[in-house]
Amino acid sequence: MSEVTMPRLSDTMEEGELAKWVKQVGDVVEKGDVIAEIETDKATMDLEAFESGVLQKHLVEEGTIVPIGQAVAVIGDGEPSETESEPDAKPDAEPESDAASETETETETEPESEPEPESEPEPESESEPEPEPEPEPEPEPEPESAEASAAPSSVADKLRMSPLARKLAHDNDLDLDSLTGTGPNGRIVRADVDAAISAMADSGTTSEKPEKSSSSRSSSRSSTSDDDAEVIPLNKIRKVTAKRLTTSQEIPHFFLTNVVEVDRLMALRAEVNDGLAEQGIKVSLNDFIVKAVAIALRQHPEANSSFNGDSLLRHRRVNVGIAVATDAGLLVPVVADADRKTLSEIGAEIVALAGKARDGKLKLAEMSGGTFSVSNLGMFGIDEFTAMLNPPEAGILAVGAASPEPQLRDGELVEVQKMKITLTVDHRALDGATAAAFLRDLKGILEQPLRILV
Amino acid sequence: MTDNGSEPRIITYRQALNETLRAELERDENVFLIGEEIGVFQGSYKITAGLLEDFGPKRVRDTPISEEGFVGAAIGAAMLGLRPVVEIMTLNFSLIAIDQIVNHAAKMHAMFGGQVKVPLVIRFPGGGGQQLAATHSQNLEVWYAHIPGLKVLAPSTPAEAKSMLTAAIRDDDPVILLENLALYNVKGEVPDGEQVAEIGKAAVVKTGTDLTVVSYSRGMVTALQVAKEFEQEGVSIEVVDLRSLRPLDRETICASVRKTSRAVIFEDDMLSYGIGAEISATIGEGAFDYLDAPVRRVAASEVPLPYSKPLETAAMPHAEDLSRVIRETLDATRFKK
Repeated sequence: MSEVTMPRLSDTMEEGELAKWVKQVGDVVEKGDVIAEIETDKATMDLEAFESGVLQKHLVEEGTIVPIGQAVAVIGDGEPSETESEPDAKPDAEPESDAASETETETETEPESEPEPESEPEPESESEPEPEPEPEPEPEPEPESAEASAAPSSVADKLRMSPLARKLAHDNDLDLDSLTGTGPNGRIVRADVDAAISAMADSGTTSEKPEKSSSSRSSSRSSTSDDDAEVIPLNKIRKVTAKRLTTSQEIPHFFLTNVVEVDRLMALRAEVNDGLAEQGIKVSLNDFIVKAVAIALRQHPEANSSFNGDSLLRHRRVNVGIAVATDAGLLVPVVADADRKTLSEIGAEIVALAGKARDGKLKLAEMSGGTFSVSNLGMFGIDEFTAMLNPPEAGILAVGAASPEPQLRDGELVEVQKMKITLTVDHRALDGATAAAFLRDLKGILEQPLRILV
Repeated sequence: MTDNGSEPRIITYRQALNETLRAELERDENVFLIGEEIGVFQGSYKITAGLLEDFGPKRVRDTPISEEGFVGAAIGAAMLGLRPVVEIMTLNFSLIAIDQIVNHAAKMHAMFGGQVKVPLVIRFPGGGGQQLAATHSQNLEVWYAHIPGLKVLAPSTPAEAKSMLTAAIRDDDPVILLENLALYNVKGEVPDGEQVAEIGKAAVVKTGTDLTVVSYSRGMVTALQVAKEFEQEGVSIEVVDLRSLRPLDRETICASVRKTSRAVIFEDDMLSYGIGAEISATIGEGAFDYLDAPVRRVAASEVPLPYSKPLETAAMPHAEDLSRVIRETLDATRFKK
């Protein structure tokens, strides 16, 4: 008998909605079977059984929001058991914990002390309300043979991961924190990484699935809708967007607008693209803006932060989210460490990410960890607009179109290319003057664009 | 002697050794055998049966009970160009000659700047399970595998007994040939004609994809049996026979684990500081990024092996122990068929 708990499926996840029970009470489940669908803030993912048995009880109903770590179901051996207190027998529990093992054949138990020095993820951008100690399945003491009990107990709160799982996660750009370990003592093993990869592949296609269902439903619209409106059910992305934007609206925020002269920037861009045309490299105005934002954020770390309940998180990495419109809805892939990447790297990455976003192939890791966002509607000829915050980021920059405007310079009327940028700021994280200084310097960088290159 | 048919014959490990000694005595007149009761009594385990009769006392020397003495004599003979094959009745008695083996045979070539070679073979059986009690049931091969200057071979089949003994006799360095009491009556196919093993090469004797079992000598019998049982359940176990304990073929071991991502080592010896520890470290160094679970070892209890049959059985590692640890390793990675 064991409980199935709400897993942490993404880095910003605090709770998940039990969207659908796939297995019903009384169903036989095998280890690895999908027993439910969980809707997180990012996507819908499968909840897999970690043990085989019979699904004995649903502890929550469909549609319930459940904090991570809370039990949602019970898997047992099929016997209706009232004595829930029996310790759950983990599959890896070694059957030889009896005293007789003195004379028993000696086999090594696993020294659970894998030290993980290198990849301690630096206190990173993810800014979920402070690491509330994940209600981990309490580290059950693994019966160890006398000489193998060298494992320090403190390992329990560290990220445990098999070397293979670590390598696979790295190769697939998976965020280690987003993985849930199902091996002994919560160790992340290859099966968990594989599951995360396939879950992502699934969530990547959600943009299509709901489309299908919507078309099938729209055929019956006459019975369900007014004559004047077609009912289009929300897909996952739009649902999540709606939810998050509503949250965003509650954040006390303000706007700052600045007008940037971009003649030099446009000239520089033309020059760069001319020079690199042979190599097939092309950078956009937006790439310059992303890079300039990253540089300005590095200079103003206070703008690269998040309000975190009783504290502020000042992010050490500069990860810039790029708002991308897709048929399925708005997505914000993230260019990680944008301050450390070159223009052409940023350009290539944005092209790739935007392509994936449109194809519904964006991985969770590629949408995670942003510390600031840029939304650009210049290509639609929008002069200026305000963007809504993408929590928990404290700032988002709305970029309008560059257009020629007359300007009096030394008594003469000249034509100048001007672009309006508007910063939306989480006032809890940042004050007006601080935000203004950031915007002023960003304007300075954009107007002296050679600073972007050095 | 072999007949001229080309079909591989099925013979015992004991017979393979006997035939090989005979073939090498015939091939090279510098080869001679020396040890306790190997002549008139034809060997405590009858490995030298018939050889005194056919080759005479100059080629098959009986000695007093004096391991240090006859090993030393053989080392001297080897330095002067003969190729002695020493039989020590069991591995346990080699301890009396250990100074000769470790401090002389193993070091001579290096300490005299290559002026001498010591083309010596020392054969002895190790292993428990015969109710010979603690002092006569040991697996101390790791002591010798630890020493540079020695080569240590551990054939697990009659065919390997033949090819490894041949290689050992023809090698110019001192070679320990580790036999096993429980293997002497094991039968297997042995190819006719000259067979010379490559020293320092492990063998993948059964290929598989899900988990690697590493073993050697008698442990191989158990490893293969367990692998076959798992095969019937749909679990594909790869079995690596170390064959050469020194030099150790680390690449074959790591290549296998890189493929399967799980490893279990099965050894007759004690766990602490054993062959399994060396293999485990080798895997940690050579296949770290490929491991999905800790490397596990199945070994003997750390007790002087009891005489009492039930206790002796309980202290030694068996197929069930190996199966259990394989299962635990698979479970630890949520293995699904």
